[in-house]
Amino acid sequence: MSEPLKLNNDFVVKFANVNGSGSASANAMFAKSVLRMGVPVAARNIFPSNIQGLPTWYEVRITGDGHLGRRGGVDLMVAMNPQTWDRDIAEIEPGGYLFYDSTKVLPESRFRKDITVVGVPLTRICNEVYSVPRERQLFKNIIYVGALAALLGIEIEVIETLLAEQFAGKDRLIKANVAALHMGRDYVRNYLAPLGLQVHRADAVGDRIYVEGNSAAALGAVYGGATVCAWYPITPSTSVVEAFMDYCEEFRTEDETGKARYAIVQAEDEIASIGIVIGAGWNGARAFTATSGPGVSLMTEFIGLSYFAEIPAVIMDVQRGGPSTGMPTRTQQADLIGAAYAGHGDTKHPMLLPQDPGECFEMGALAFDLSDRLQTTIFVMLDLDIGMNEWLTEPFKWDDTRSLDRGKVMTYEDLESGVDFGRYKDVDGDGIPYRTYPGVHPSKGAYFTRGTSRNPYARYSEEGHVYVDNMQRLLRKFETAKSLIPAPVPRKSAMATRTGVIYFGSTTPAMHEALEILESKGHHLDGLRVRGFPFSDEVYDFIAAHDRVFVVEQNRDAQLRTLIMNEGDVDPAKLPPILHYDGTPITARFIAAEIGARLGASAPRSPVTEAAE
Amino acid sequence: MTYLAKPRLHHPSLAANELGFTRRDYEGSVSTLCAGCGHDSISAAIIQACYDLNLPPHRLAKLSGIGCSSKTPDYFLGASHGFNTVHGRMPSVLTGANLANRELIYLGVSGDGDSASIGLGQFAHAIRRGVNMTYIVENNGVYGLTKGQFSATSDKGSKSKRGVENHDSAIDLVSLALQLGATFVARSFSGDKAQLAPLIRAALAHKGAAFIDCVSPCVQFNNHAGSTKSYDYVREHNEAVNRLDLISSRAPIHVDYEPGTTTTVTQHDGSVLALHKLAEHYDPTDRIAAMTYLAQRQALGEVVTGLLYVDPEADDLHNSLDTVTAPLNSLGSKELIPGSAMLAKINADLR
Repeated sequence: MSEPLKLNNDFVVKFANVNGSGSASANAMFAKSVLRMGVPVAARNIFPSNIQGLPTWYEVRITGDGHLGRRGGVDLMVAMNPQTWDRDIAEIEPGGYLFYDSTKVLPESRFRKDITVVGVPLTRICNEVYSVPRERQLFKNIIYVGALAALLGIEIEVIETLLAEQFAGKDRLIKANVAALHMGRDYVRNYLAPLGLQVHRADAVGDRIYVEGNSAAALGAVYGGATVCAWYPITPSTSVVEAFMDYCEEFRTEDETGKARYAIVQAEDEIASIGIVIGAGWNGARAFTATSGPGVSLMTEFIGLSYFAEIPAVIMDVQRGGPSTGMPTRTQQADLIGAAYAGHGDTKHPMLLPQDPGECFEMGALAFDLSDRLQTTIFVMLDLDIGMNEWLTEPFKWDDTRSLDRGKVMTYEDLESGVDFGRYKDVDGDGIPYRTYPGVHPSKGAYFTRGTSRNPYARYSEEGHVYVDNMQRLLRKFETAKSLIPAPVPRKSAMATRTGVIYFGSTTPAMHEALEILESKGHHLDGLRVRGFPFSDEVYDFIAAHDRVFVVEQNRDAQLRTLIMNEGDVDPAKLPPILHYDGTPITARFIAAEIGARLGASAPRSPVTEAAE
Repeated sequence: MTYLAKPRLHHPSLAANELGFTRRDYEGSVSTLCAGCGHDSISAAIIQACYDLNLPPHRLAKLSGIGCSSKTPDYFLGASHGFNTVHGRMPSVLTGANLANRELIYLGVSGDGDSASIGLGQFAHAIRRGVNMTYIVENNGVYGLTKGQFSATSDKGSKSKRGVENHDSAIDLVSLALQLGATFVARSFSGDKAQLAPLIRAALAHKGAAFIDCVSPCVQFNNHAGSTKSYDYVREHNEAVNRLDLISSRAPIHVDYEPGTTTTVTQHDGSVLALHKLAEHYDPTDRIAAMTYLAQRQALGEVVTGLLYVDPEADDLHNSLDTVTAPLNSLGSKELIPGSAMLAKINADLR
């Protein structure tokens, strides 16, 4: 028997539930109650592509030190799903805890000897108090939250406040929920003792906010001046547009008339969605769509057109496991190559790579300035982990002196003053031409938009050298993009080192924690977080300054690494890939073990196979 | 050759319309289509319609897909912005353009391959959304640019130039448009400018989704005996239900009032459609009757032309979305960015 774990403000609780049982809101409330006690949490939903019946998990990492990535391993399993019982039990750390519904007596063989088992007869308590089946199910969730609060030292008043906020104005519901909460708490008080895992009030959250990346990106689109949105529902991106609708209704309704300063169209498919976006962009409105990998592949022809015809568009790609009949509810970073080179002919597109919801907001807004400035499609590459989970993140910031950068647009006055207008002429040497909005001037500035086969004045031409000149200008424009994409963020090791690591997006917090773990074992690595594509010189300088640079990402084919090698002259042997692609968010322990093993020292223990796999 | 601009000089006697534009101001580059192509006649009718409507050329945006028909927007309205988009996807691009600026007039030009085959879905959905546009299908029942394959509007049993028979049922875009809720549905024939130009004028003035199916024989690949889209076939089987005049709201109404042969329909914007009925019984405001009539005539092998249906009270997508009257592309930072104070409130709600 392992010694029971004793951990304060630093442990992982995992809830195993049945989808559609109403557990999600109770679990989220559990996580939020810890946050309200000033202790950071990182909570992740691991859920099936299903509305009701299949297994679902919710993992809450309580992390006084503020490690917001997944750690790996489970200290307390709240096993509410008989279907996954065995796998769930197996996942508990030695010395860990199991919380379960003890109404039905289970043989000893169903448990483990090296863990502490805590039983609360949830079903019995419910059946004694409630007669309506739906009530029994919903209140059971609240009862276990009450029991867990008592077991883990969470202040019950904090949860009562959360219930009052959630059901504001519905006193009857508040009362009923608080009563259920107390039932759980009281059972623990009467029959059980607190666990070795304890939450203590702290002041480690600061002014940070707790929000989903999809919602943050949608708010970014509002601040970025998007007025047209066309979309087709696809997990995990749907909530981007749902949030955009809500924010628009709130912030984009004209006071005097109640009319909409936005247009949102649910299109018949992704092709029409991007078509609408391209049409609106051509006509001078800021427009975007939100989708995932399968949607991007359908949009590819239009994305290519946007590249050649130089039309601003923004695509928020919330990445998931592929393909269409793939793993829509599992996270991956597997659309990088598909997005970067979407199209036929020679095409490439800038991408932004946010690390958390805070950057989803920033980059969600920035994407619209960049798309107007560069007159091309800009991808904002979220993933399910950032997009659909609430993350603790720095508060959103906005500089009120900032205005929308509409890029190089010739106005009526410009045209009237006699400036020479050639739609595809490189006037400033940065590869970016000037454009006009349709209808701007009665006799000047009109042009016929085509992909290619036209000269700098947009007149028909199939001459080879005209085509080549245009393609070279588009390359110059891509060079210009390097200076506009957010620069990579270095993370210097405490000691000088010839080993580095490159990573991006939702991998970041787990990566930083892994670097600390590795450092504690004597492995020093410089880090570089890439924030966009095309890569600036800093990325290649970083690689040049190190002998070996690991590239950590959540896909099978090392897609970021491929892009780095393809866009610059790098010896592949210098860039060992560290890849995690089972559909669950990457963990600090996984990264530390993989890199540790390659650095040839005693690696931390390798991670346990998860129930979700 | 399209890159040859037409000389700007024109005969001084060319008449100007109310805005001072001559017909020449509504023309575009020289057509590169085959001599005698029906599509060129449609371009000419579009030019005529815009001239007659006193439309400032730059206030119209012309969009097309891919194919012979979709090349034509280069051949008219040279002072308008144009967009040669993606095969079968003009409707979505036009929808987006329309959302961005509701003040322009949108003309979508497509073909039977572009709209009835690859783009059938987009055709249907743009129409059912009620996008304010004039959507013309230059329908020759054949893929011209790839040299003579059947399209989805080729009649069952019709023969290709190579003598191959088409075994697939034909899609009738007019019937579809009626079923999908288009609020202006017409059919015409490229060889009948007297009927076509007023129909285009009326469609451009219509608020809502206006659809014109224009049979346009392909002189190269579909003008032979055995084709139901040849000049001869259409001339022989044309059943015109009416002739149309459009009278703008400002102009006095002078129509040829022969009792029982002319009806007038006043549209939303005050313009008046005067219909010289050829078929006595035909009521263009009755959608169900129009569908029935079409089906009956179709069974007889007749091509019904004229204004088949109009809903004078129609509205459009902007109305459904309740968008502001100012074009969305004209809104600036002040109207669009909620600012830092609002963001502080949002932050507070997320703690």
